[in-house]
Amino acid sequence: MPTLFQQIQAGKVWDFHGGIHPPSRKERTNQKPVALLDIPDRLYIPLRQHIGVAGKLLVKVGDRVLKGQALTQADNAMAVPVHAPTSGTVLAIELHTSTHPSSLAEPTLILAPDGMDEWRPRKPLDPEQADAYTLLERIQESGISGMGGAGFPTHIKVNVKQPVDYLIINAVECEPYITADDLLMQERASDIIAGIEILVKLLSPKAVLIGIEDDKPIAAASLKAAIGQRDNYFVREVPTKYPSGGEKQLIQLLTNKEVPAGRRPLDIGIVMQNVGTAFAIAQAVLDDIPLIHRVVTVAGETLAQQQNVLALIGTPISDLLNACGFQAEPQQRIIVGGPMMGFAIADWSVPVVKTTNCILAPTEHELGAASEEMDCIRCGACADACPASLLPQQLLWYSKAKDQDKLAEYNLSDCIECGACAYVCPSEIPLVHYYRVAKAEIRETQREALKAEQAKARFDARTERLEREKQERLERNQQLAAQRVAQQQASGLASQSAAAVQQALERTQQQAAPALDKEQIIAERERKKAEALAYQQQKQQAQTAEPASIQTSEQTEDPRKAAIAAALARAKAKKQAEAQSEVAAEPAPAEATASDADAKKAAVAAAIARAKAKKQTEAQSEVSAEPAPAETAASDADAKKAAVAAAIARAKAKKQTEAQSEVSAEPAPAETAASDADAKKAAVAAAIARAKAKKLAEQPQTEAAPATDVAEPVAVPTESTPEQDAKKAAIAAVIARAKAKKQQNSEPL
Amino acid sequence: MSFKIASSPHQHSQKTTAQLMKLVALAAIPGIAVQAYFFGYGVFIQLLLAILTAWCSEAAVLALRSKKIKVKLLDHSALVTALLLAVAIPSYAPWWLVVIGTAFAIIVVKQLYGGLGNNLFNPAMAAYVLLLVSFPLPMTSWLPASPVQHIPVGPLDAVCAIFTDFSCSGYSVSQLRQDADGISMATPLDTLKTDLSQGYTTAESMKKPVFGWLSGEGWFWVNLAYLLGGLFLLQQKVIQWRIPVAVLGSLFACSLLAWLISPDTNASPLFQLFSGATMLAAFFIATDPVSASTTEKGRLVFGALIGVLVFVIRSYGGYPDAFAFAVMLANMAVPLIDYYTQPRTYGHKPKGAR
Repeated sequence: MPTLFQQIQAGKVWDFHGGIHPPSRKERTNQKPVALLDIPDRLYIPLRQHIGVAGKLLVKVGDRVLKGQALTQADNAMAVPVHAPTSGTVLAIELHTSTHPSSLAEPTLILAPDGMDEWRPRKPLDPEQADAYTLLERIQESGISGMGGAGFPTHIKVNVKQPVDYLIINAVECEPYITADDLLMQERASDIIAGIEILVKLLSPKAVLIGIEDDKPIAAASLKAAIGQRDNYFVREVPTKYPSGGEKQLIQLLTNKEVPAGRRPLDIGIVMQNVGTAFAIAQAVLDDIPLIHRVVTVAGETLAQQQNVLALIGTPISDLLNACGFQAEPQQRIIVGGPMMGFAIADWSVPVVKTTNCILAPTEHELGAASEEMDCIRCGACADACPASLLPQQLLWYSKAKDQDKLAEYNLSDCIECGACAYVCPSEIPLVHYYRVAKAEIRETQREALKAEQAKARFDARTERLEREKQERLERNQQLAAQRVAQQQASGLASQSAAAVQQALERTQQQAAPALDKEQIIAERERKKAEALAYQQQKQQAQTAEPASIQTSEQTEDPRKAAIAAALARAKAKKQAEAQSEVAAEPAPAEATASDADAKKAAVAAAIARAKAKKQTEAQSEVSAEPAPAETAASDADAKKAAVAAAIARAKAKKQTEAQSEVSAEPAPAETAASDADAKKAAVAAAIARAKAKKLAEQPQTEAAPATDVAEPVAVPTESTPEQDAKKAAIAAVIARAKAKKQQNSEPL
Repeated sequence: MSFKIASSPHQHSQKTTAQLMKLVALAAIPGIAVQAYFFGYGVFIQLLLAILTAWCSEAAVLALRSKKIKVKLLDHSALVTALLLAVAIPSYAPWWLVVIGTAFAIIVVKQLYGGLGNNLFNPAMAAYVLLLVSFPLPMTSWLPASPVQHIPVGPLDAVCAIFTDFSCSGYSVSQLRQDADGISMATPLDTLKTDLSQGYTTAESMKKPVFGWLSGEGWFWVNLAYLLGGLFLLQQKVIQWRIPVAVLGSLFACSLLAWLISPDTNASPLFQLFSGATMLAAFFIATDPVSASTTEKGRLVFGALIGVLVFVIRSYGGYPDAFAFAVMLANMAVPLIDYYTQPRTYGHKPKGAR
């Protein structure tokens, strides 16, 4: 049994399933030389003419460009540039109807040729000397993408790591009418072989197989002559049958291999290039001519002169047709590409692009307008013609029924849309059209399914997060409740200061851990609001006077009493607030102090506790608000206990701050510096601190810097008023509070 | 300038359904002519009745279904159905038989299933079965071939017999079938079946006058004519080779086996191939695209199934010929056959080898 390679060497050609024999009508154009046209008045150069992305624009409106000058630059692997097909001025860069079945507008550079056809400097390469990287770079920079139809960037296709057994050159050109490649081979066979040699250098294949249909004897002979004595170059003439030029079909014809579904030819060691691409590579490397023109077959019986022309990329199709003596019919169709897979255009201002191989302007009689679609009689002619061995009649049935599962089962995705089924269908059913619609629907369904999946994942994650946070809150509340019980027990046994120290330490340990998140911040704000409200109410009850009209309250009431009442009310309000929120704003010191000390102490303690709570807020907003004023609020002997408690509370707050932020505001040593200052001073200081803290709390989200700036000037006067009496201090505190609360209330939270 | 937009492909083969149907009708002409020569000109009247009935029924149902009558009538599928039924029933059967049959074929079997392309059963064969089980006597009243006819029958007699049950000379159809001894002559297949059941050997039975060279007198030529028509259809690529070859091949293989085992109680393979409706069914009926299998392998299975069923029913069943039953049974199996004979798509591994 000879090996595959031996069979190939022996000249064996295989067959593929199905296929059709439409009238080829190539004799109309395949004997005439390629005609050269005048430079058109305007060139419409789409910035993207291949599969991939457009390059970066290098020119602007008004620039003069030279022939061959790059108009865009490939800034990534999937980009290939476009070039000026002749010298001229950039008139505009705007949207223009695309040469695409969709006719969607796309960014297009409009060039006004100046008729000088002036070249930029050219730098030919010697393929013998140049390394692979240089060659690949040249191929990319010359704007070469597959010229057979799809327009895949050539430099990607030939830049392979896997070993390549066969380089197949597709010279089949199986579509009726089209003879562009045929003429290119007849006229420029040696250039094509030079291009193939460059590809061979890049790919190092075992053999080069050139597939050509047996209705092009002159082209085949030219190629054979150009190949000469080269080893392992094989020209293989395949029987004329549509669609033997399909990539998969030609591979099957020449190597008896099938590309596995969903894979690429490279996976079976095959790279296929169009013969036109090979020519373009030769031009790019040997002459430094980028892809700025191509051979286009202009055919159809509405033309006086059916022929191949060398058209500049960007030439409007109307120019080509008019140059060939176009006489439009009513119901005229203009087809870009062949009659089997080409697409009809509605607007003939669209340009020739790199993949345009044929412009067809048939008479109605010539191709026959599609007659009315009849019922499928299940004759199976389509299945007999299908080169992919599909069952088109079943696919039609399921396409109509929109049964996507069945369509997948019957391998709709393997349809190459060659049109053989629709060609043979006696009921004139536009089968390919049904499949295109079904494929589009499937893509849409898949996109929606993906979106739904993502949405569900998001929803699940959110539900889970909410549940987790709820659990965390529950746990924390339970811990806090337990602490409170323990603390109440402890307060009865040991000295208050010792108990307070103990509790504060415990809290410090516990609270260092959980990071506060957004929701907690919101909860904190809520709590503050509630607190503020409670303050207000308490004050209205305790003092008949408004906090704003201090003078009145000063005259009517003993300020000291008022201060005590306020402090108590505040303590109470805080207790309530704690019960509602998870934030550990600890009222414990206040409680402890209030129970045994005199009113002053209570006020001081409460004030400190507030200060502490506010500092926490500050800590959340990552402000390193210094507790400096509180430090100066050194209390005397009878306030010592309260001061200790406050200091510990501060320490705790600061630890939190440290845990949450990188800011290391270190007030710790100051705590121990409990001095002999009067308790009143402490109260004043605390009040001012409160005011400052509240101001800060008002702007938890704002920058830290201004807040700190505000805090410091306030702190300074605190230090400078050591001799004021208690009344003034209390008044000051009330004013500060009132001010802070007003601001807080007015803040649109 | 604005141009007309159409989806690719822009080129179509010029073969339409209507043309295919016309070719089928054309290919049946030799068979019909030979049939008329041997079995009377009644076949033309039957054809006329069947075609008229088919057109009327089709038009009526299309009107009820609000479809385009002219377009659908001109696909000529009703014509082919009518033609196949008309040639399948005895030439001198009463007029109402073919009318009922054709109307049933078009209205019930075809249109009620959704019209052309949607019918599960071959309309002509389903109608034939309906007539055979409902009116067994007229459906089996084939006259002997003209060379062995005792009473000569002219063209006018056909008209009289079909519309009045009596020939112009006053003979009833059953009288026309009698031989010189006043015994009704059955078709060759029927005769052979009866004789074999009564203990005659095949060779003994074959001596009777209804048998001619190779098979029944006249029947051989009718089959040969349909074979020619079938080859024409193959050559024109109206039908594919698989179904007829599978039908004839499996019938031949089965009967060859049986004949080699017991030549006395089994007809020869060639007798089977050239008797009854064999060639008509193999090329014209089983190849009905709508109700046949559509995959390449499936067509072979479908054809082979028909061949086997025909052999089994002819040899062991209650009816002398069996194509209508065999085709209908195979029609039922088509969805299953199609499902299990899907071709391997390009680039895919064979089913089951994943």
